[in-house]
Amino acid sequence: MARNLQFGKAINEALFIAMEKEHKIITFGLGVDDPKRIFGTTAGLKEKFGSYRVFDMPVSENAMTGIAIGASLNGIRPVMTHQRLDFFLLTMDQLVNNAAKWHYMFGGKSSVPITIRLILGRGWGQGPQHSQSLQSWFAHIPGLKVVMPATAYDAKGLLLSAIFDDNPVIYLEHRWLHNLEGEVPEGDYRVPIGKANVLKTGNDLTIVSLSYMTIEALHAIEILEKQGVHCELIDLRTVNPIDWETIFKSVGKTGRLIALDTATETLSIAGEIVAKVSMEMFGKLKGAPTRIALPDFPTPTSPSLTDKYYKRAEDIVHTAGKMLGRKLDVQEILDSRKSPHDVPGDWFKGPF
Amino acid sequence: MVLRTNIDAKILIQLLYQMKRIRAVEETIAERYNEWKMRCPTHLCTGQEAVSAGVCAVLRKDDFVVSTHRAHGHYLAKGGDLKRMIAEIYGKAAGCSSGKGGSMHLIDKSVGFMGSTSIVGGTIPVGTGLGFSILLNGTDQISCVFFGDGATEEGVFYESINFAILKKLPVLYICENNLYSVYSPLCVRQPAERSISKMVSSLGIASDSGDGNDATEVYTKVINAVEHIRQGKGPFLLEFATYRWREHCGPNFDNDIGYRTEEEYLCWKKKDPIMLLENEMKNRDVFNPGEVQRVDSLIESEVHEAFSFAESSPFPSQDEAFIQLFKE
Ligand SMILES: Cc1ncc(C[n+]2csc(CCOP(=O)(O)OP(=O)(O)O)c2C)c(N)n1
Repeated sequence: MARNLQFGKAINEALFIAMEKEHKIITFGLGVDDPKRIFGTTAGLKEKFGSYRVFDMPVSENAMTGIAIGASLNGIRPVMTHQRLDFFLLTMDQLVNNAAKWHYMFGGKSSVPITIRLILGRGWGQGPQHSQSLQSWFAHIPGLKVVMPATAYDAKGLLLSAIFDDNPVIYLEHRWLHNLEGEVPEGDYRVPIGKANVLKTGNDLTIVSLSYMTIEALHAIEILEKQGVHCELIDLRTVNPIDWETIFKSVGKTGRLIALDTATETLSIAGEIVAKVSMEMFGKLKGAPTRIALPDFPTPTSPSLTDKYYKRAEDIVHTAGKMLGRKLDVQEILDSRKSPHDVPGDWFKGPF
Repeated sequence: MVLRTNIDAKILIQLLYQMKRIRAVEETIAERYNEWKMRCPTHLCTGQEAVSAGVCAVLRKDDFVVSTHRAHGHYLAKGGDLKRMIAEIYGKAAGCSSGKGGSMHLIDKSVGFMGSTSIVGGTIPVGTGLGFSILLNGTDQISCVFFGDGATEEGVFYESINFAILKKLPVLYICENNLYSVYSPLCVRQPAERSISKMVSSLGIASDSGDGNDATEVYTKVINAVEHIRQGKGPFLLEFATYRWREHCGPNFDNDIGYRTEEEYLCWKKKDPIMLLENEMKNRDVFNPGEVQRVDSLIESEVHEAFSFAESSPFPSQDEAFIQLFKE
């Protein structure tokens, strides 16, 4: 049965189900069993599964990743968590040189079934070292699977798939999605890695989106529909491997593409989508495809500097208008906005 | 080595002033954070003031300091501009990092404060590199690196110390051991009974530890360490035990959420570094109530002025987000 559940709670439920099903699954990371429980996502796990399987760790990201890799070579399935993606950068060596290569370089003799949850920050002055969306780095490395859920349904289904996958999977969760509600079935279900989701159908324009940008896209599409523009929205769900078939089919129908990204523009996933679509279906395009991503600058801290830095629904509407040669109205979006641009909602009061 | 009883009364009042000033700033931030005008993660050092004050009282203006996410005390004690720090936390153009950095990324090169960053352990090699540059340049400066107990769990800590010893770098490592990394107590991160300073001494670095709530103890130990370093004998690590009063990040108290006990907090509060120093001054008969009152009112008006300055300063224009990617 499906009920409404928050994205963060859906993650928590996936962890419960997985750990109950398979006793070789362990969950660790800084704060996994602290009072805040990684924004609530690891609540109750230690009580249920004990401190051998659920534990805090030293501030030693690189070593702990290597330790997870080693344990996984002998049948353990570690789920590591980091409260910001940025902290995980200390582990790039273990991730890229070991985790991603192991299965290939030893001729398929063993694999590394680890899941790494990385939380993406945005807003409230997270600034240059607490807000980076580096999915294209991870997706660029052959041997890593990379998923980015946008809905509560996918948060649970993709995490279960990631945990039971026999390969290293980077699971990127956006902080601004944690409190978002959606329909989530009970029990074990899997969202396949590598399969995109068509969230809206339409004939005028294809929007390919990921993670939190999918929410902005949904706002934009609502406004666009009122002005007679019908978009197809593809939520990518997985950025490695990318579900090209679904994208090509949609762009084949609409002839127009906007790719959205939470990362900086150059060399982004959005850029890859624009490139591939341009190469594969140039003849079907009615105009140049485009992407909406962050400027190629670090994230500033001051709210006055992030105001134009982050991209929102109105940017999508403007871009759609440009592509369709029409002037589209964004006033309704602006009027409906109740909270400042640097918080996910009125409930958020900082500091982290 | 200087005996603490030999410390000049002028130094004692300077230490007291510095600690009170840091306390006033941190507590005013806490008081006003709920106005939601300071829109960035902010890590306060209330309770830990003695380390900042004691260390920086020994350092010269041209010595270098680098620090962490919890840098307000280090920045202020080293002589960093208060107005520009508060403006930075408010995200204003006049901020010490022009609004780009916020509370966790402070800089004031005019007093040798070379930068604080928010990735744990991130500035340990940077401070070590500054030490290396001092050696290469042949000056007699010192590079001082502030970090917490959590940072000693990062590989880069050992790698940096190893290099500093190898090259006999003029680096002063200051570990503020406040028992916690966010809400994780030492016992889930390091073996019980470990002394960080003793552990690293077996790597070959001169080291010592002390009471980080006792400003004069900090001061005397730093005098000793700095002397060692300036004599060209290589790096020194000092570990000081201390305690943060408020929550890890943000303005509140968090003893109620269960990761530490109220008793523990109260026990440390009894070791309030400001009170300890005042008592010491009283015991030595150098406590001058009139002078302390003068200091208090000086601080009050300075802090008030800094917040007014920050509040009334303009925000940077949005285009400022898109400059300074490279030095032109
Ligand atoms: C590499 C990295 N991992 C994790 C974090 C999250 N984090 C922020 S502050 C902090 C606590 C570090 O503890 P410590 O070094 O003792 O400093 P304290 O906060 O106690 O001053 C942690 C783990 C981070 N910023 N960087």
